[in-house]
Amino acid sequence: MIVNENPVAARPAPASNRGIWGWMRQKLFSSPANTVLTVVTGWLLYIGLTPVISWSFIEADWFGSDRSACDGGACWVFITARIEQFIYGFYPEDLRWRVDLVFLQTGLLLLWLMPQSMPGKKWGVIYALSIFPISSFFLLSGGLGLEMVDTHKWGGLMLTLVLALVGIVAALPFGVLLALGRRSEMPVIRFFCTTFIEVWRGVPLITVLFMASVMLPLFVPEEVVFDKLVRALIGIVMFQSAYMAEVVRGGLQAIPRGQYEAAAAMGLGYWKMMRLVILPQALKMVIPGIVNTFIALFKDTSLVLIIGLFDLLAIVQAGLADPKWLGFAIEGYVFAGFVFWFFCFSMSRYSQSLEKRLNTGHKA
Amino acid sequence: MQEKHTMPAPARHYFWNDPDKRALVFQIIVTVAILGLAFVVVENTLSNLEKRGITTGFDFLSQESGFGIIQSLVEYDETHSFGKTFIVGLLNTILVSVLGIILATVVGFLVGVGRLSNNWLVARVCGAYVEIFRNIPLLLQILFWYFAVLRTLPSPRQSLDLYDTFFLNIRGLYIPAPIFQEGAIWIGVALLLAIASVWVIKRWAEQRQLASGKTFPVFYTAAVIVIGLPLLAWFMTGQPVHWEVPALKGFNFRGGYAVIPELCALLIALTLYTASYIAENVRSGIEAVNKGQTEAAFALGLPKSRTMQLVIIPQAMRVIIPPLASQYMNLIKNSSLATAVGYPDLVAVFAGTTLNQTGQAVEIILITMSVYLLMSLLVSLLMNMFNKKMALAER
Amino acid sequence: MMTSVNNAEMAGSDSAMIELRKLNKWYGDFHVLRDIDLTVRKGERIVICGPSGSGKSTMIRCINRLEEHQQGDIIINGREMTNDLKDIEQVRMEVGMVFQHFNLFPHLTVLENCTLAPIWVRKQPRKEAEAIAMQYLERVRIPDQADKYPGQLSGGQQQRVAIARSLCMNPQVMLFDEPTSALDPEMIKEVLDVMVELANEGMTMLCVTHEMGFAKTVADRVIFMDEGQIVEENEPESFFNNPQSERTKLFLSQILQH
Repeated sequence: MIVNENPVAARPAPASNRGIWGWMRQKLFSSPANTVLTVVTGWLLYIGLTPVISWSFIEADWFGSDRSACDGGACWVFITARIEQFIYGFYPEDLRWRVDLVFLQTGLLLLWLMPQSMPGKKWGVIYALSIFPISSFFLLSGGLGLEMVDTHKWGGLMLTLVLALVGIVAALPFGVLLALGRRSEMPVIRFFCTTFIEVWRGVPLITVLFMASVMLPLFVPEEVVFDKLVRALIGIVMFQSAYMAEVVRGGLQAIPRGQYEAAAAMGLGYWKMMRLVILPQALKMVIPGIVNTFIALFKDTSLVLIIGLFDLLAIVQAGLADPKWLGFAIEGYVFAGFVFWFFCFSMSRYSQSLEKRLNTGHKA
Repeated sequence: MQEKHTMPAPARHYFWNDPDKRALVFQIIVTVAILGLAFVVVENTLSNLEKRGITTGFDFLSQESGFGIIQSLVEYDETHSFGKTFIVGLLNTILVSVLGIILATVVGFLVGVGRLSNNWLVARVCGAYVEIFRNIPLLLQILFWYFAVLRTLPSPRQSLDLYDTFFLNIRGLYIPAPIFQEGAIWIGVALLLAIASVWVIKRWAEQRQLASGKTFPVFYTAAVIVIGLPLLAWFMTGQPVHWEVPALKGFNFRGGYAVIPELCALLIALTLYTASYIAENVRSGIEAVNKGQTEAAFALGLPKSRTMQLVIIPQAMRVIIPPLASQYMNLIKNSSLATAVGYPDLVAVFAGTTLNQTGQAVEIILITMSVYLLMSLLVSLLMNMFNKKMALAER
Repeated sequence: MMTSVNNAEMAGSDSAMIELRKLNKWYGDFHVLRDIDLTVRKGERIVICGPSGSGKSTMIRCINRLEEHQQGDIIINGREMTNDLKDIEQVRMEVGMVFQHFNLFPHLTVLENCTLAPIWVRKQPRKEAEAIAMQYLERVRIPDQADKYPGQLSGGQQQRVAIARSLCMNPQVMLFDEPTSALDPEMIKEVLDVMVELANEGMTMLCVTHEMGFAKTVADRVIFMDEGQIVEENEPESFFNNPQSERTKLFLSQILQH
């Protein structure tokens, strides 16, 4: 028999397991093979990254008015000199405050809606879905006493954001309807919705854009003329609503049967049941999925370059062909790539944090 | 007022209160509306085409195309028909898709496994790779590789070279091509023979292992046979295969295979972009296998490599394969961005040049879309079969 | 300071199956195992209990190297556990383990689960491995489920398969890590019956469990662990009827309340 009444006090871990050295021993040099791997990777990183860093920061030139300001290293002057064009496209200079106002609203809305706890989120959503789109429409295109600005003058980051935001907001209601239709008990409705969804998901966006720009004008009477931007938006929204439908369907499928049965037992009809019980739960559940399709859409907007709209990528691409600024392709693409990366990466991080939040919410 | 407190008398049964009939009417209305819309669209299209003087139909497919294509896997020149341009474009799409799928799978698996490495540095580098490449539009990446990298390469005279056999310049990548002379067929026969015998040996080794427990070094034997047998045939038939090394003749390289820069740029971008998604699939597939599985295998005395081979990979593959298939489908669809750099794929050649030449927008876009649609239907069919088989195997 | 080599029978160290000497382990800065000394003789049945987080699972997982220890020695059947892969594999072949969540391989049938390691590790011919596996499946009373997949079996059946799977490697020692905690009450008995049978056949066993009935029936010694150390060990009779330490008393009163 053994009795040990005196507890052994906890001791700190041996030095080899603690601190920076313990960490390195475990994570970098735990075995000979691992050590070799660390050294080789480190060496490759060193020879790969040093020239990149020196080119893009140390030897780079940042400001100036023309290419003579550049000598060796990256010529960011190409970007800084044209930054206004990259943001606003060919929007008239004296009217750019209107675009700024839309940017400002967007930024404030994001600050309002994204954090976990903010007062009056409901009003934020209502504002985002009513006043914001209407005011943005008139601010950007004119009317109501504002000078009209034709859409072919829109471009740059502003156009990219317009395409992506309109695409996602308009695709959401269609996506919900399509998802409900695909899960409907009426065979005809199910057939049409399934076909619509699978066709758009099965073809590349570029053929959809071709179709929108080439075939759409043929589908309507000759008198009806669509703007190029509107045509692209129609294509994007149709394409996007198919993907949105699949995301929403995932949420609908995740709602337990009991919820449907409870709602039916309370005497709610189909639309009331969906509106009051099922969709609020399903949509909340798929917010990360919606953010992910938004990221995909945001990247896909760059395809409008092929049908001749000047989004951020297209306007950078056009700038590269400027005879005064030949030879700065790398700078141009790196800048555009960084802007896209920044937006997409932050959104994907946001979606991941939402996912974590929702997961813990369900377990609790 | 008294009636309010009693139960209402049973309402008359109007037929629109019957859910089945209601559903039927609703479906009829929707069908009529959709057919009506389709009718209006067809009507408008026909009248619009007539006004523009475009004849509808597929006759244009047999007309002479009159334009050249920079890369073709089959015999083609401008005297061939528009129908042939479709074939050429389709084959080019298939070529870049197949190469892209192979490369993206290799890179994706390496990076995905790398992200789970015990080595902090390797895991971080792989993670950075994924976060960088999947958050930048593919089109931008294609343009970058084409215009910023390959288009700035030196002219053929100042080519970058590797051992004077591989050359890279603004016109593309030049690699040696094998020249087969008489007797070369025997090398092919030897190779087939080697593969067949490796298969037999593998079967035999498995049987023997199951029967007696003895293992056999299949891998090394196979390596020796597959390399050795064709090599032996090569010597015995008097070395009938030579490598034709590209060489600078005048302003350009002659001989060997030339890979056009459009294909290179597209392939690099598609590979790196899709690999970042595949890597995530692989990572989550391996992570989906419960940690207990590894522990149980270790506790039984299985070494790490066998645990991977017999326990982890078979389970991870079930999780990995469905999203992998949809990544392959995405790669095929994304290869249509070829048109941005002028690689002659289906969309660039057929929905681009051919459409511009003929004006048959409706037919051409419908054909092009159907091709992609067929491919994705095929992939989802295969996936359904796979999922059913997997579902059967576990319950 | 306590030591378990105070038993008179423990003269010949050749009969020691498992020896832990001054075993210490940390998770990061958390000291999970503190100066553990334990000797298990051949054929001994030991039950380990203690509150959750007391380090009992960690301790038995150190024995077959599912966890790495930082200080002290582990000697299994005369072989010291080092970083050497061959040593680790050898030890794992001799030490069987049954997990709380069974950890059967879901992609293999019951029979394949049992023959996997004998074929690939012991290099047995398949026929022989299958014959042995069937014997053990019969002993755990589920030979008729041999061709099913684990997902088709109940928890109790799965755990019995897991026991059979370990036995197929013909181990010298069996470790049980809370083998009944994940089971529905009506299935606990079928698993315990198998374990009692195994104990009666003279298998050396280390069992982390709160099944006090099992401890009373088969254990030679009961060990109580708390805060990473062995607080009390005794024969089951005295352990349950006459606990010495305050912590043991408190623990027993908590688990025997209902």
